[in-house]
Amino acid sequence: MTKETQFTPTRRGFLGLAAGAGVLAAAGAGQKAEAQIATTAHIVILGAGAAGAALANRLVGRLDGARITIVDGRKEHWYQPGFSLIAAGLKPANYSVSQTTDWLPRGVELKTEMAANIDPEAKTVALGNGEVLRYDYLIIATGLVLDYDSIDGFEMDMIGKDGVGSLYAGPDYAAKTWAAAGKFAEEGGVGLFTRPNTEMKCAGAPIKHTFLIDDIARRNGARGKAEITYFANNASLFGVPIVSEKIRMVFGDRGINHAYNHVVQSIDAGAKRVTFATPDGPVERDYDYVHIIPPQRAPDVVRNSGLAWADKWTDQGWVDVDKHSLRHNRYPDIFAVGDVAGVPKGKTAASVKWQVPVVEEHLVADIAGTSSTASYNGYTSCPLITRIGRAMLIEFDYNNDLTPSFPGVIAPLEELWISWLMKEVALKATYNAMLRGRA
Amino acid sequence: MKDLTFGTLIAVFEEIFGRGLFWVMVGAAVIITLAYLYVLIRDRSVSWHKFLWAQLSMPFGAIAAVLFVQAMTHSSFADIGGPVDVIVLLGVAVAGAVGAAILVYTVESLLWPKKATDA
Repeated sequence: MTKETQFTPTRRGFLGLAAGAGVLAAAGAGQKAEAQIATTAHIVILGAGAAGAALANRLVGRLDGARITIVDGRKEHWYQPGFSLIAAGLKPANYSVSQTTDWLPRGVELKTEMAANIDPEAKTVALGNGEVLRYDYLIIATGLVLDYDSIDGFEMDMIGKDGVGSLYAGPDYAAKTWAAAGKFAEEGGVGLFTRPNTEMKCAGAPIKHTFLIDDIARRNGARGKAEITYFANNASLFGVPIVSEKIRMVFGDRGINHAYNHVVQSIDAGAKRVTFATPDGPVERDYDYVHIIPPQRAPDVVRNSGLAWADKWTDQGWVDVDKHSLRHNRYPDIFAVGDVAGVPKGKTAASVKWQVPVVEEHLVADIAGTSSTASYNGYTSCPLITRIGRAMLIEFDYNNDLTPSFPGVIAPLEELWISWLMKEVALKATYNAMLRGRA
Repeated sequence: MKDLTFGTLIAVFEEIFGRGLFWVMVGAAVIITLAYLYVLIRDRSVSWHKFLWAQLSMPFGAIAAVLFVQAMTHSSFADIGGPVDVIVLLGVAVAGAVGAAILVYTVESLLWPKKATDA
């Protein structure tokens, strides 16, 4: 970590940037003063998404001589926090798209294949093209897969047509979602907003989408013709009780209905009807617009490798890691970071930002023959948009404690413009800086 | 935010504006500030005549800065939700006002150097 003087993010800090080039040069020179550790270890990183790319960039700065191989068959890098904005017509699809190779440091070898098999006993990873990599340390950062197949009647090509939206499927699908959601926000009707009954990335996103479409319908003068209902998968609107209550109040303020314990089971796009599984049996609801988020699971290569939890999330297959060190509970030379890690909270880019330095510290300590006390406390953050121009900056940890970064300045449960500014302006920049290993 | 250091802030601003534009803007701010200090030292006094024009430009700078930020962020005055938002809004306005004043004063001083009538 850099050791410069701590700056608070006030205008003073900003003005400080303009104050003198000499200061800036000095700060630049002060970065990454730590000595590199010499090693010949082979580190294999599965996945070049937010977690994989950020970790690769940081390890390159910490290790001298390490062989780092990053495995990812996808050419595009997706800035997923942007999907909510794309699906509300606020940004174009290409806002979230860059190339994987844009973010990888020199000296790291990229294998443009997907991993096909992991053998933790032999310490090998087989790739889709048959190549086998032997590793000393393995970082699993594959992300997760969206299991649309488990919703009966759902086809990906429904997205954007006949009132079906699903912003999670990718930048283009987020834009298609806006085509369907925007029509609903103009014409009104019955809008159903859902979420799956698995762990999911950014549990705030289904709620943000609900609030944004409510606001856009309001701006269009069509809110009076629209009936909007949010369906929670369990008995709360959000995993953190105090936040759940706040959302319930803001829903009330906006005239958004909510229902608990409703999980989408099947969809009949022709009849514009979804069937929910509920404790009282199946419930059918007709819609003019429905937002579907599919169940989310670890990729097959992880689930089939014997690395997943045996007694938790057995239908989802997240990697069996210690929730503080992110080290595998049975194979100490394996870590998991990002969405695929089997920890109770935090499938967000903000979690990645906090997880990556922890894995980095433990890995570097292992290589140096020392130990590290670095610990991930479950921190995650969600700028929960409540309308265009306002958001609540919600941050919390494993204990469901609120952990505001700016206590007394930015209130976590207030709808504020500054929190919106962070989401709109600063978040992508911070994310990009993180990918480069600089934040 | 974790480890919000000066280096992180610079990295974030580089990403917001692009590395090239960010440093051009820093350069422009530094040059204008240096030019401002230069004319102050050169003239050995503040020209109240020029300062009047600089002051008159301040409200326009303030309004322009606020509207620019709102236009760039899909926001409006109705989005002000709490005290910190008012502070941010005023901060943007003050930055715009001060920037406009320094710019106008400096440009005036460079184009029309000190005359006997100024005091």
